[in-house]
Amino acid sequence: MNTKPRIVEVRQKVLKHNDEVARALRQRFQNAGVFVVSLVSSPGAGKTAFLEKTLTWLMQRGLRPAALVGDLATNNDAARLARSQAPVKQITTGTLCHLEAAMIQQSLDEWNLDELDFLFIENVGNLVCPSSYDLGEDLRLVLLSVTEGEDKPLKYPTIFNTADVAVVTKIDLAAAVEFDWAATNANIQSVRPGMSVIQVSAKTSQGMEEWMAFLASASQSAARTSRG
Amino acid sequence: MHELSIAMSILDVAEEHAEPYGGVRVEAIHIKLGPLAGVVKEALVSAYQLASEKTRFEHSRLVIEDVPIVVYCSKCQAERPANPVHWFCCAVCGTAASEVLHGRELELAALELEE
Repeated sequence: MNTKPRIVEVRQKVLKHNDEVARALRQRFQNAGVFVVSLVSSPGAGKTAFLEKTLTWLMQRGLRPAALVGDLATNNDAARLARSQAPVKQITTGTLCHLEAAMIQQSLDEWNLDELDFLFIENVGNLVCPSSYDLGEDLRLVLLSVTEGEDKPLKYPTIFNTADVAVVTKIDLAAAVEFDWAATNANIQSVRPGMSVIQVSAKTSQGMEEWMAFLASASQSAARTSRG
Repeated sequence: MHELSIAMSILDVAEEHAEPYGGVRVEAIHIKLGPLAGVVKEALVSAYQLASEKTRFEHSRLVIEDVPIVVYCSKCQAERPANPVHWFCCAVCGTAASEVLHGRELELAALELEE
């Protein structure tokens, strides 16, 4: 062992394994023509209500959505989402605070991706850890509820910066909590210049048409790119 | 708190690169870490100590090189350091920059083997 060097150069991403699995997933999704959206937010921002509404609306339009939902424990969210009649699967992470690409891969076993148009991946409620892990998604959506405070994007710049679109939820409560839309949008734009921001209420359906139009346009442009 | 997962990934990658040198002990692992990697340095160091116990990496040092955020500023038309408070703005002219060139790094740079 005399030839061993003192320093071994590595220069490799620490999460390369996750990145490799994510890359394979992305290819698989693309081949099957599934548009994949991941959802991240703090706990209680309204991910599940927003997703339930989204699944229901897509089903009513004759599209084929499905959802994977991550939580530390319980199947409560999957049960709520299943009311939309879309296929839903819960990923229980135990004590892990985020989803990793391999968990997505394992959860897809029983599903035929060719029979889906959209796949939604609801991450564990957490604005820190999920930012590091690529899940093979086409679009990362960050949610922020009007009750959380306008400066959330400044406090968690990393997750907002890695997202592709922001959704402000519970907009029906805006007046009651004196929500400042201009300040919120300015804060979002300062950490992710040019990001689209959509205001919705899963309760009243306000803003859902705009979100559906955004989703349709994003998935069509992804399909065009993949057809090259 | 995903630093334990990160520490274990560091050791997985390090093991792959230490393996060709047999049972050699590793004295230090050098990593590059950007502020946008979403990793808390102090938590990572504690997690690393825990994860390296009873492995060839036990008692090795985790040497962290901080990588500053660098953005492309469309107004200056140049690579610029980021503003220390507003991370995604040019430090020189203050314009919000949409392109981040550095700062997301979470990279294993090198291993230091025992003599």
